Amino acid sequence: MTTVIAPPEHPASAPSPRSPRGPAFPTRFLPVIATFALFVGMFGLGSLRYEGFSSPQTVLSVLVDNSYLIVLAVGMTFVILTGGIDLSVGSVVALSTMIAAETLRAGWSAPLVIAAVLLTGSVLGLLQGMVIHYFEIQPFIVTLAGMFLARGLCYVISVDSIPIKNETFTSFAQGTITIGDYFITPAVIVALVVLVIAAVVLHMTRFGRTVYAVGGSEQSAMLMGLAVARTKIGVYVISGFCSALAGLLYAIYTLSGYSLTAVGMELDAIAAVVIGGTLLTGGSGLVLGSALGVMVLGLIQSFISFDGTLSSWWTKITIGVLLLVFVLIQRLFTRRAG
Amino acid sequence: MRDLTKHSLFWPLVALALLLVVSVIATPSFFSIRVQDGHLYGSLIDILRNGAPTLLIALGMTLVIATRGIDLSVGAIVAIAAAVACTYMAGAPDGSSAGRAIVAMSMAVGVCVLLGLWNGFLISVLGIQPIIATLVLMTAGRGLAMLITDGQIITVNNALFKKVGAGFVLGLPVAILIALAVFAITAVLTRRTALGMLIEAVGINPEASRLAGVRARTITWTVYVFVAFCAGIAGLMIASNTSAADANNAGLFIELDAILAVVIGGTSLAGGRFSLTGTLVGAMFIQTLATTIPTMGIPAETNYLFKAVAVIVVCLLQSPKARAVLSVRRPTPLLMKGSAA
Repeated sequence: MTTVIAPPEHPASAPSPRSPRGPAFPTRFLPVIATFALFVGMFGLGSLRYEGFSSPQTVLSVLVDNSYLIVLAVGMTFVILTGGIDLSVGSVVALSTMIAAETLRAGWSAPLVIAAVLLTGSVLGLLQGMVIHYFEIQPFIVTLAGMFLARGLCYVISVDSIPIKNETFTSFAQGTITIGDYFITPAVIVALVVLVIAAVVLHMTRFGRTVYAVGGSEQSAMLMGLAVARTKIGVYVISGFCSALAGLLYAIYTLSGYSLTAVGMELDAIAAVVIGGTLLTGGSGLVLGSALGVMVLGLIQSFISFDGTLSSWWTKITIGVLLLVFVLIQRLFTRRAG
Repeated sequence: MRDLTKHSLFWPLVALALLLVVSVIATPSFFSIRVQDGHLYGSLIDILRNGAPTLLIALGMTLVIATRGIDLSVGAIVAIAAAVACTYMAGAPDGSSAGRAIVAMSMAVGVCVLLGLWNGFLISVLGIQPIIATLVLMTAGRGLAMLITDGQIITVNNALFKKVGAGFVLGLPVAILIALAVFAITAVLTRRTALGMLIEAVGINPEASRLAGVRARTITWTVYVFVAFCAGIAGLMIASNTSAADANNAGLFIELDAILAVVIGGTSLAGGRFSLTGTLVGAMFIQTLATTIPTMGIPAETNYLFKAVAVIVVCLLQSPKARAVLSVRRPTPLLMKGSAA
């Protein structure tokens, strides 16, 4: 345990971003570097302790097993950057798997199913965003209602698990892409593409800059004449879309739709975003950090499966401890900056 | 009439009354209460008994939300309380004696108070946002509970312990009596002393209230200890009702139900004002919903849908913006302006 949580001490001892030596290093990269250092540290530790851990396939397997979570965390990053939160994502993932499985069973073609799922997720996000913005109700409570709504809709579709037998889906699920001696799945490519697109949107478009501005101070953004309404609603649409896409990836990963899947997955996504260095108050953070946060969470799972003697509940405890450490570090930094 | 609709308890009570009417139409025997073995039996009694844990936690949550905070970790605390009490009793040689039960329950509540102190420390001393500070324990807590029970479902057989969640006194369930006692004590402490006003002051502006001489930090800390204490007792009730500690499922989603009960009861998540009676109505609404849906022949799982609709409707009714849109001729009530920020 103690060995696992040791690495996050790096950022505290790292040189202050305002140190006079050398060119000023952009402060916003520091948390991501801390997360990356944690990841590398954990990987190194695992390689020392367990035989076979040091293979690059370990990292690739983490990617394969968590591609849907990366997509989810990317969507969540947008919302958290504006200072909001989206609790509905786990339920929307479950709803997406249900819609996909049910419509495929009804004989819809794969592209139509994909379009329907993505549309449903986006519309749910749009509705939540509109209620949050126009009626000024806290994101927490609106997305909590959205969480219940999506979960309830799952049960309306079916209470049982529905298998997916569609050829397009199964071939996608069984497909692998080999890189030398190692392999990844097409889902990883999808996740990485989403990550790149999100990074481009956040840093190279007007929308992305407005996201950061709204998170920094909504009132200032409004006074500056920025499109606050469009941005605030937009991030929930993005989160809804990402949840639906993550749901599709999850449906492909498990080749089934089930109402009870993805319970608590919103917490994993939020944890990944926080561990990735995004401030929950909004205005600061990178999607790359969130993806690294997902990798850290995934690596904890690998640790436990490699060890064999550790019980599964250590995953939860470790995630909790990591969250705590990162929140404390963030607090330290924001207090210093403020 | 207009004054009546403006009262903060009007809409929650209307919602509860409507739900009860629907329940009676669906199952005419809904209101019937019969005496059996000296206890009262019936749907209403079931609602009271099963709603007690949610009500207890919602009471604590009301005060937390009044300080503009939130506690997501109560579900995990419920699991830990159940795990501590049951593991201790199962491990003791005389696990079925009354003395053991008392020690076990005191230990469980003690652990919960410590967890509350931890949450309060993170929030009031270190200044971490409540939602993220309690997220830490929410994530780690269930892991800790599983660590205590070693991943097993621990079953116990103790007559006194069984009483807490499933027993009856004077024909009424013990669980609801405990919850109502906590309700009464909280109501007296907050409404007959200055404590309630101080909590609201902290919720409106912690810094200003501190400058005005309110010990904001102590008050914030106290409400988190109080909600953890409530969650601990609720955990004992849930474990006692099933005579088992299930670290995975005990109190699952109870934090969300508690928050819903508070919101339906008319307490704004923006802090600064609270209604304990509203929370009582909200908790009863949620439990009635959970009881009514299955008896109407609708799958029990769909009550999520109805909860979602209920919370959205109640939030919209309380949102000053929505009120302005829905009834243009009626000016926004002055009282509601505080929550517009």
